[in-house]
Amino acid sequence: MRGKTFIAHDELPEVLERLSKAMDVWIPTAINDEKYEIQFLPYQSDRLPVLDRQSTMPPKKVIFPQVETLLHFSRKKDENNPFKSHIKLEDEEEVSPVLVFGARPCDVRGFLVFDEVYLNGPYKDPYYAKRRKKTLFATLVCETSDNACFCSAVGSGPADQTGSDLWIIPVDGGYVIEALTERGENLMPEMGKDATEAQVAEARDVQEKVAGLRVGEADLTQNSDAFEDRFSDNEYWRDMAFKCISCGICTYVCPTCYCFNITDEAKDLDGERIRSWDSCMFNHFTREASGHNPRPSKLERYRNRIGHKFSYFPKKYKGMIACCGCGRCIRRCPVALDIRNVVLSLKKNKENVDVCK
Amino acid sequence: MFVNNPYRPEPAVIKDIIQETTNIRTFRIVLNDEEKMRNFSFKPGQVAQLSVFGVGESTFVINSPPTRKDYLQFSVMAVGEVTQALHKLDVGDEVGVRAPLGNGFDVEALKGYNIVFVGGGIGMAPLRTLLLYMLDNRQDYGDIIVIYGARSPEDLCYRYEFDKWRDGGINLVLTVDAEAPGWKENVGFVPTILAEVEPSAHNRMAITCGPPIMIKFVLAGLKEIGFENHQILTTLEKRMKCGIGICGRCNIGTKYVCIDGPVFSYEELSKMLPEL
Repeated sequence: MRGKTFIAHDELPEVLERLSKAMDVWIPTAINDEKYEIQFLPYQSDRLPVLDRQSTMPPKKVIFPQVETLLHFSRKKDENNPFKSHIKLEDEEEVSPVLVFGARPCDVRGFLVFDEVYLNGPYKDPYYAKRRKKTLFATLVCETSDNACFCSAVGSGPADQTGSDLWIIPVDGGYVIEALTERGENLMPEMGKDATEAQVAEARDVQEKVAGLRVGEADLTQNSDAFEDRFSDNEYWRDMAFKCISCGICTYVCPTCYCFNITDEAKDLDGERIRSWDSCMFNHFTREASGHNPRPSKLERYRNRIGHKFSYFPKKYKGMIACCGCGRCIRRCPVALDIRNVVLSLKKNKENVDVCK
Repeated sequence: MFVNNPYRPEPAVIKDIIQETTNIRTFRIVLNDEEKMRNFSFKPGQVAQLSVFGVGESTFVINSPPTRKDYLQFSVMAVGEVTQALHKLDVGDEVGVRAPLGNGFDVEALKGYNIVFVGGGIGMAPLRTLLLYMLDNRQDYGDIIVIYGARSPEDLCYRYEFDKWRDGGINLVLTVDAEAPGWKENVGFVPTILAEVEPSAHNRMAITCGPPIMIKFVLAGLKEIGFENHQILTTLEKRMKCGIGICGRCNIGTKYVCIDGPVFSYEELSKMLPEL
């Protein structure tokens, strides 16, 4: 087993270049010069990783693409009857191994939520499974939380290594790398040179310092029952969802939001069945053909989003909160809705509920 | 190619189409793969995702019983994109089938009980599968009453087999909302007729399906007669996509109608969050 290694800042492109020969390496990278938007994209020599801040979008799409083909179908004319055709189906093909380099603990935790539903339920999702088992995470210990972050409030933290294969710790002049799993260990020969004793010591200090941080003050993990008690308090939910414009951005930037739609796209005799991210914040999400909608207004839809993450999910999956505390929904919300406020208010009586209309 | 891909429909061919009402058609289909058709097993009340390739999928109950496996039968009301596309298909056309999905009725638990079915409109479809299953295993069940209503005589499905149901010893009570020429059976809403029939709740299970407003009054009527929550079963409908508990839209609180349902007792429903 190799010990910890060190990659200097200026050596990082070389390391990524070498790694990308054997696998697809996804890095957080700036979409334009201003570094305004940071997205996970496959490494290319002209794409540099941006590791000093959280990415705008989580790496969710690496394993759960925003749009993916479930199967191809084509119609073949019947040889004996010109008015008949037959359907031919083909699944999607296999995928190559992937390394996500530079994700944060909250990003990885998103997939742990996915795993419960996509891998451990009564049905296994083969599309998710094939990518998941071929994806490794080299995760950065998170020193750059801001006031929207609250990973410690949902049972995780900025130094949470759960789900990661390699651990990246920023030190003077570069990064110290440590293997956390056997699969991570297998990549260690590619991860720079052996770290010096001083670098290992500095990394240990950084790790200890970050592990001691509490990101997000309150505890948001014990609200299942409070949510159920509040379920039929329409006034509460009307107040909470008052500002919401049902744009759905909170679900799109969310590492744990896993709901999808399935639609067909066809041209002439050929087509694809595709699945794409969907949002419970949209009216059509639950609207039935009859016109009946069990969640007809944003009150019910917003309530479902909160309930799913903080009540239904932990009830079903041993207390696990379907929120990783990354804060993206808070930063991106055009009307400044703060999910922490809504969850915290569940246990408050009416007079003390903080509604910023 | 995945070995077990729950999203992959089985190609099937339409063998027969029955025009039930002006906007409801019944499709009888057979899987293209003969061996899969032979080995296909399901419980009454389980559902299928039917595909019209290029249009999409929609959820329907398999309304033929597992005791009659010449074909799988689905009754489809033309209301949305997929259902309208289904109505444009002819005998010999191909569709896709993902089935069986959902829990279905627990036919073992129902053994030995008297039964009352209360159905309205297209809501008769999921009751039909269980009704025919009971007819085919008549000795296992007590007396069976069916109260079935629709807006008009022309809106009743399965009219062509009513005689067979009666021949099988079913007490079939039919009703329509308003008087109609030639109509000799009951006139009145289903809950009203239920109160008139007043089936004894003793050792009896009630199974109901229909439009939400009918269910609401049928439930009240059954309670009035003396039925307890655990004696009442219904089968729910929700918008579904995956049908396998993943896509996240058919939940009522922690329960997913696609895998935990669609069949629920009112005992279960009364413990669930009120979001029907």
